[in-house]
This record gives sequence, structure tokens and C-alpha cells, in this order.
Amino acid sequence: MTDDVNSGRRRLLTTVTTGVGLAGATALAVPLVASMKPSARAVAAGAPVEVDIEDLAPGKMKVIEWRGKPVWILRRDEQTLADLEEIVGELSDPDSEVIEQQPAYAQNRHRSIRPDVLVVLGVCTHLGCAPTKEFEKGASTGLGDDWMGGFFCPCHGSKFDLSGRVYKNVPAPTNLVVPPHSYVTENRILIGVDETEATG
Amino acid sequence: MSLINWIDDRFPLTKVWNEHLAQYYAPKNFNFWYYFGGLAVVVLVLQIVTGIILTMHYKPDAELAFASVEYIMRDVPAGWFVRYLHGVGASMFFLVVYLHMFRGLMYGSYRNPRELIWILGMVIYVALMAEAFFGYLLPWGNMSYWGAQVIISLFGAIPVIGEPLAEWIRGDFVVSDATLNRFFAFHVILLPLLLALLVYLHIVALHKVGSNNPDGIDIKKNKDKDGIPVDGIPFHPYYTVKDTFGIAVFMTIFLGIVFFVPELGGWFLEKDNFAPADILQTPPDIVPLWYLTPYYSILRAVTFEWLPGGAKVWGVIAMGAAIVMFFFLPWLDRAKVRSIRYRGWMYKTALTIFAVTFVMLGYLGTKNPGHIDLFLFENVIWAQIGMLLYFAFFLLMPIYTTLDRTKPEPDRVG
Repeated sequence: MTDDVNSGRRRLLTTVTTGVGLAGATALAVPLVASMKPSARAVAAGAPVEVDIEDLAPGKMKVIEWRGKPVWILRRDEQTLADLEEIVGELSDPDSEVIEQQPAYAQNRHRSIRPDVLVVLGVCTHLGCAPTKEFEKGASTGLGDDWMGGFFCPCHGSKFDLSGRVYKNVPAPTNLVVPPHSYVTENRILIGVDETEATG
Repeated sequence: MSLINWIDDRFPLTKVWNEHLAQYYAPKNFNFWYYFGGLAVVVLVLQIVTGIILTMHYKPDAELAFASVEYIMRDVPAGWFVRYLHGVGASMFFLVVYLHMFRGLMYGSYRNPRELIWILGMVIYVALMAEAFFGYLLPWGNMSYWGAQVIISLFGAIPVIGEPLAEWIRGDFVVSDATLNRFFAFHVILLPLLLALLVYLHIVALHKVGSNNPDGIDIKKNKDKDGIPVDGIPFHPYYTVKDTFGIAVFMTIFLGIVFFVPELGGWFLEKDNFAPADILQTPPDIVPLWYLTPYYSILRAVTFEWLPGGAKVWGVIAMGAAIVMFFFLPWLDRAKVRSIRYRGWMYKTALTIFAVTFVMLGYLGTKNPGHIDLFLFENVIWAQIGMLLYFAFFLLMPIYTTLDRTKPEPDRVG
């Protein structure tokens, strides 16, 4: 009987069967893998958050939660903004040239829409720890005699200035992320919606 | 025994018993270092049993998890005992696995023909690290939360696919309820199944080629007229009895820790994990438990900003490479003999330096990189020196094991 075997036909059938089986297994894997992506509920929880900053005094910071991450809203006075110009030499990316770290409307000297109001994610760009605020100036902070105030990440020692710009020679590679945000009125910020989307 | 006969006609019971225990001939010269493989199996069983009991009371829900662990500690009868057995068990598992691996390094147990046993063992080790990492999130303490945050962020360092991959692992934009829920699934189903399978394969491969021994000699070269190695003794009863004694001593130490120092001063359970997860407050020092700190040290030691792509991604690569190195050990070692007993001073020195380096990296991984905890230099500098020595042990091995002057192996086990 073995003489009757059509080996070409047998090989074709084996190949086709294996191929269809693999395609089926792959098709099955797609929804299984996709089921681990953020659910509709998790995506919905990423809805924009509106914040009132009327009561935010200069030098003060508000922390609100957006998409489960802390968002810092910091009001800086004229003196602070002037100080920020002086430390440019110590920073890794003073002109915010890494464009992924902020929307185009925050790619400026003060990394913000309104010069005095900084909005950044309070998540260290190294490994996602929460940096602490170190607004005191000078040596008492233990961050150096010339410390001008900013943020310090306790996990691995990264330092950021009051515009969320990263210092040189620390583990964090980039500036803190400025989330998409826009102004609904002069003192109401909508976090999660871009400037152009809100006004346009 | 008609019952045995009845079973043997339907299932190879006597055959399996003889092949793997009563007529499995192991070298007669096993020493202290040969306790740890068996002990690892004992701890695995203990972790599964205590784990099943814990799942009866634990709630894998971000709102309820932390409180359910406290409920286990306070209200469940003997709940504290079961939980501490499981928590201390995790550390003891790594302790015996590290000693088991060190045994392999000393006696050349990874060498031909045992390469696959070694590789399967390394896969077990990696699976065990994953199992421990997933389990560590479950109490939903603050260190659980931030530890997971940091480790998952490591995947974010991979170019292009990193961020979507991290989101896929978390099931959310941050570590959240979705993450906790799936880590529970991985911890109680996926990895235990995988570990059981891998341990089975590890032992199947071992019993195919037979055990190595402290002399590194092949006992199958000398067989009597019945084909039994003259330097072999049946595993049962000789080594089952020896291992039982080892288990008794081990359990005494284990239970001593469980009863008197279950946190072992923060080494087995970190104090920051007694506070619930807080997404706005990072613990002052995010540190994994001791068994992962050698690699964490290497991750943090890469601070060279001039590297293309930045230091962060290279830190992740170095950490991964540190683990991958072990897999290549069977082919890096070119010595004529297996056991350290017949090797020259070069391998002995290299292994000693490596062991000290591994412990040093582990210690530094628990400390702030900017501080000085050893002497002279900041911790990060020591970690960099350690990283260099760590990789030198592996990468220079083909050279120093070739140059090393070895003594001839004896024909028989002494």
C-alpha cells in the first residue's frame, strides 16, 4: 500500500494543516494578549481634571491626581523665574529640546503656558518615583550650597529645578513631563486637554 | 503484594520508584553542599501549601488587599504563622537556591554533560525572581507599590515599544487595582505551574545523566559486573535519610526565624511595607528584598551619561546581562577538571572574588548610592567596581580556566 503514497500531496496537506493551525493559534492569542491592555474603565478614569488655582499663592504648590499620577501645580514669583535663568549651565536640557517631555506650548523658558504657573507630573523620569519638594535655598537642604530650590528624588538622587528641568549628572535622563493642559478661564486649568483642543 | 502488582500492570509505579529512588545510584561522597537541592523542593512545597491557605483569606483588590493581610495577621486562626511561613519562606527559598548554585560553581556541576540541568536551573531561578516580584505587590504596602512601579518602569526604558509594553503589563497607566489583580493571577497560577514543570524537567535531566559530586568525577566509568557504579549508593535509603536530617536542621533555623525574628530586622519584611500603598508618597529609599539587590546594585551602578541612548537604558541592559551570564557558564569554563578540588589558584581566586562581590553588591543594593557605607568611596563607586568584577568573572573565564594549572583527577571517589 505504501507504494500508493503521494508524498507531494501528503507534504502539502501537512504543511497546510500546520499553517492553518498556527494561524488559528495566533488569531486566538490576539484577543488574549489584548485583554491585558488598560480596560475601558481604566481609560475612562483618564478623563480630564479641572483645577482652580485662584487661591494658589506664589511659592505654593498644589498636588492633584490625574490618571492615578500626581500632578504638581506650582506658582512661581518673578524672583524665582529670574533665578531659573541663572542655573541654565547646570541643567541637562535647559531649553526643553527633548520634545516628548512637554507639549509645544510649554516648550519655552518657563516650561508653561502662563509664565508663573508650572504644571508637571510629579513622577521622576528615571524610574517613576515621587520626588519631594525642596523649595528652601542653599546648603541647609543638603543639596549643595548653590541649591536654588526645586525637587529631589529620594530613590536615586535625581534633581530638578522649579521648572521641572533635570540637573546634569543625575540618573534621570529627561525633564519632568508637562501633561497636556489648558486654561478654561484665567484661573481654571483643565488637565488632560491640550491648549489647541480646548480653544479650537 | 497484589495491590502493587495490580497498579504496576496499569502504571509504572515500581519502575519509577526504582529508577528514581531505590536503584538511582548517586555518588557516595555527597557532602554538606548537597543538601540544598532537596531543601529547595521542601521550601517549594511549603510555599505552595501556605500559599493556598493565604489565598483563602486574602483579597486581591486595591481597596481591600492591605486590610485583608492585617485580617490574616490578627483574626485568622494561626494566620500570622501561615503568613510568616510564606514570607520567610520566600527568603529561605532564595537562600537555599543561592547555596545550591554556589555548589554548582564549586564542583563544576554545570559542565558537560550537565549543561541542560544548569540552564533549566537558571530558568527556575529567573521564574523564582518573577514569582517573588509578583508576590511582593500583593500585600499592597507602600514598598510593594513603589517597588512594582520602579521595576515595571524598567520596561519603559526599552526604545519605542517600552511605554506601551509597560502599560500592557500594568493594565493601566500606573500601578493600580488592575495590576494587583493580574499579579495575583501570575503569582498563584502562572508561575507556580511553571515552577512545578521546570523543577520536574530539572530532575528528569539530572536523572538522565546522574549527579555530579565534590570530586567532579564521572562515577559511571567504574561499574561492577551488575552495571552498578562502584562509587554509587542508592538514593533511597542512603540520601533520603541524610536529607531528612538536613531538613530537620533547616526547619529548626527556619522556624526559629518565623517565631522570633520574622522580619529579620527589615531583611525579610521591610518596614515601609507596614504602611498601605500611597501613590503620592514614595518611601525614602525604594529597595527590593535582599535576594534581588545584587542586580539592583548593577542597575544603579550605570551612571555614565555619555553612553548612546543615556545611562538608564544601559543600566537595564547591564542588569539583564548580569543574569544572562550564568546561562553561558558551561561554555565559558575551559578547565580540564570540574571540581575546585583539582583546580589551580586562578579559578579558586576568581570564585572567591566573585562570591564576595555578589554579597557586596547585594549589600550595596540596600543602601543609598550617594552615601558611604563601606569605606573611602561612595556606594555607587563600590557598585561600579563590583559590576566590573562581576562581569570579569564570566568574560575572562575562558582565559583563566585555560591558563590555570589543574591537578589530575583521581579515578575513584576518595
